[in-house]
Amino acid sequence: MKAKMLVALLTTFLFTGSASAQAKLNVVTTTEDLASIAREVAGDRASIESLARGYQDPHFVEPKPSFILKLQKADVLVAVGRELEIGWLPPLIQQSRNSRIQPGADGYLDASLHAEILEVPQGQITRAMGDVHPLGNPHYWLDPENGKRIAKDEADKFSEMRPNDRAYFQQRLADFTSRLDAAEKRWLAAIAPYKGTKVVTYHRSFPNFAKRFGLDIIGYVEPRPGIPPTPQHTLDLINEMKRQNVKLILVEPYFDLKTPKKIASDVGGEVLVMPPSVGGVKEITDYFKLFDYDINLLIQAIKKTGAGT
Amino acid sequence: MRALRFVCASTVAAGLLVVGPSPASAQDAQALRREIDQLRRDFETLKQQYGDRLSALEAKLAVAGPAEAQAAAPPGAPAQPTAPVPPGAEGAGGPSGALPVYGGAVAASKVFNPDIAVIGDFLGAVGKNPLHPDPFGPGTEPRALQMHESEAAFQAVVDPYARADFFISFGEEGVGLEEGFITFTSLPGGLLTKVGKMRAAFGKVNTLHNHVLPWADRPLVTNNLVGGEDGIDDAGISVARLIPNPWMFLEATGQIFRGDAGPAEQPLFHASERGDVSYVGHLRAYQDITEDSNVDFGFSYARGRTPLAADAANAERLVTNLYGIDATLRWRPLQRSIYHSFVGRTEWIWSRRDQLTGLQRGNGMYLSGDYQFARRWFAGARYDRSNHADDASLLDTGGSFVLTYWPSEFSQVRGQYRRTNYALGPSANELLFQFQFSIGAHGAHPF
Repeated sequence: MKAKMLVALLTTFLFTGSASAQAKLNVVTTTEDLASIAREVAGDRASIESLARGYQDPHFVEPKPSFILKLQKADVLVAVGRELEIGWLPPLIQQSRNSRIQPGADGYLDASLHAEILEVPQGQITRAMGDVHPLGNPHYWLDPENGKRIAKDEADKFSEMRPNDRAYFQQRLADFTSRLDAAEKRWLAAIAPYKGTKVVTYHRSFPNFAKRFGLDIIGYVEPRPGIPPTPQHTLDLINEMKRQNVKLILVEPYFDLKTPKKIASDVGGEVLVMPPSVGGVKEITDYFKLFDYDINLLIQAIKKTGAGT
Repeated sequence: MRALRFVCASTVAAGLLVVGPSPASAQDAQALRREIDQLRRDFETLKQQYGDRLSALEAKLAVAGPAEAQAAAPPGAPAQPTAPVPPGAEGAGGPSGALPVYGGAVAASKVFNPDIAVIGDFLGAVGKNPLHPDPFGPGTEPRALQMHESEAAFQAVVDPYARADFFISFGEEGVGLEEGFITFTSLPGGLLTKVGKMRAAFGKVNTLHNHVLPWADRPLVTNNLVGGEDGIDDAGISVARLIPNPWMFLEATGQIFRGDAGPAEQPLFHASERGDVSYVGHLRAYQDITEDSNVDFGFSYARGRTPLAADAANAERLVTNLYGIDATLRWRPLQRSIYHSFVGRTEWIWSRRDQLTGLQRGNGMYLSGDYQFARRWFAGARYDRSNHADDASLLDTGGSFVLTYWPSEFSQVRGQYRRTNYALGPSANELLFQFQFSIGAHGAHPF
C-alpha cells in the first residue's frame, strides 16, 4: 500500500516537474555564431539571444547594464571561451544575480572545450607578444568541423537542462550535422582549385578557417595581436608580400581600412572585408551563410587578382 | 585492446596445437597439415577482421577530434612524488620505503591562486600652487614627482556562492586596503550583497579607482565635498537589487558603513561611537538609446556624523547629509568601437553639513567630455566648481584639458593642463602628467 502511494506521489512530482520544464529554455550567447548554431539545435524549444553583434570586435564589447538584464533571466549562457570575453563578460556574470550561469554552474557552457584550438602558445609567454591568448586562438568557430563540435556541446547542454526534449535536440543536432557535412563538401570543392593561396590577415582571426580551406596566411597587418600597425612593420609586410606575390588582405569588418588599403595599392592587391562572424554583414544571417559568403568572396577575389596562380 | 589480446591468445593456442601431437603415420601427418592450413586461414581471417576493426576505431577517434581523444585517454593521475628515506634513518627506527613529498604536489593547486594584477600610477606636476603644494592630495609636501599608488589586485571565486576582491594600495605614505570584500553572487531575491571594505556607491567618481579615471586628478567637487581621493571608502555591507520594470535597467543600492570617511587631514564623516554608522543609498537608471549610445542616471544620498574638533567632544552630535545626481552619456559606434567613442559626464552634489558654527549649505559640480579620436588617443576637457563643505561662502572654480595616449591596453600616458581659481589663495596653473601601467591578470574594462 505504502509503496503504491509512494509511486503515485513520485509520478505526480515527475509530472509537475515535466510540466514546469516545458517553459522555453532561455539561452544567451556571447556571439552571434554561437547563437546561430544554438538556433539550429534548439529549434523552437528555446529563445536565443546574442550579446555581441557580428560586426563588432568580440574582444572589446562594452559591459552594458542592459546585458545584465538579459543574463539575469538566462537558463544557459554559452561563451566562446579561451579568454575572448575576458574584458567584459566576468563583470556581467557577477552582476547578473543568476546562480545558474556562474562559471562552473550547470547553465554555463564554454563552447571551446571540445573544439580544435590552434596557436596554443608554447613555453613562456609575455605581454611583449601583444594581447596573446594563453589558452589558444579563440576564433575557432571558423572551421565547420568545430561548428559541429559546438553544436554537439550545445545540444548536450540543452538536453541536460530539458531532459524531456533530449530526443528533439539530438535529432536536430543530427540534421544540422549532416547538412553541415554536405555544405562543407561543397565549400571544400569550390575552393579546392585555389588551395595554398597566400593571404595576409589583419588580426589572427582566421587560422582555423585557413587550415580547413587551405589558405596560407603569410603575415598580419597587426605587428602583434591587438597592437595597431606600425610603419616599419607595414613596410616589412609589403616587401614580404611582393617577394611572395601575395595579393589578398583579409580584414575583419571592425578594423580601420586605411593601412590595409595602402598595402594593397603598393602590392597591386585587394582588400577583402571578410566577416569572421554571423551578422558581420547583413546577408550573413546564419552559420551556413557565413561560409557561403566568405568562400564566395575569396574565390571572386582570387579570380580577379590572379592570386591563386 | 581486447581484440589484440584475443589475437595473441589464438596465436598461442594455434602454436600449441601444432607442437602438441606427434605424427603417427603419413595419413595422420596429412590430416594434420590440412588442419594446420585451416587454422592458418582462420587465423589470417581473424587477424584481418580485427585489423579492420582497429583501424575503424582509430578513424572514429581521429574524427572525434583531438580534444575528445584527450578526454578519452585516462588523465593519468599525477603520482605522488616521493623521496628516499635518508641513509641510516631506516635502521634507527625511522620510516622505511619512500617518503611522500608534500611541497611538490602543490604545483597543481596553484590553479586556485587568485588572479593577480599590479597597477602602477606615477604622477608629476609642473607649475606653482602655493595653496595646495601636493598637486594630488590634501598634504602640504610639494611632491612634484610621486609614485602615487601601486595597486595590487587579488581576485578569485571563493566558492559556488561568492567571489572575493582585494585591492591593496601602496601609496607614498604607506599601505592601505583600498577595497577588500566578498560578493555573494547568487543570493535569493536577486540581491547582490557585498561585505567588507569598499568604495561607496555615491555618484560615479567615488566608486572609481584612480586608474580608471579619465583624468590624472579628481574633480574639485570630490575634493571639497566628498572626501577627496579616499572618499567614502569604508567597512560595511552593501545590498543591491534590480527593480523589475518593462522600460529600463533600474538598480537600487543600500549601504551601511562604520561611519569613517575622507582623508585624515579633513575627514568627511567620523564615528566617535558605535552607533555613528553612515548610510549610502543609490538609484541607478540605465537605458540604451541606440545600439551605439546610452544614458546612465544616478541619484545618491549619504549621511554620516560630522567630525568634531577634539575640544568639542561633548557637544551636540552633528550630521552631514550629501545629495548627488550624476548623468553619463556614452557613444561608441559598434563597428568602429576600438577607434572612436565619446563619454560625457556630470555630477552635481549638495552638501548639508551641520557644524558647531551652524549649517553649511554648499554645492558643487563638474562637467566633462572625453572623445577618443584614434585607436590610442583620447582628448578631454572638464569644468569644475565647488563650495567648501565647512564654509559654503567659499567657491573654487577650475578647468582642465586632458590628452591621453594608450601604447596598449595595459599602459597609458596622460598630460593634463589644470587651472584652478581658489577662494582662499592665488590661482594655480599646473601641468600634470601621469604614467600608468599594469601587469598580471587581464582585468575587465571599466564601464
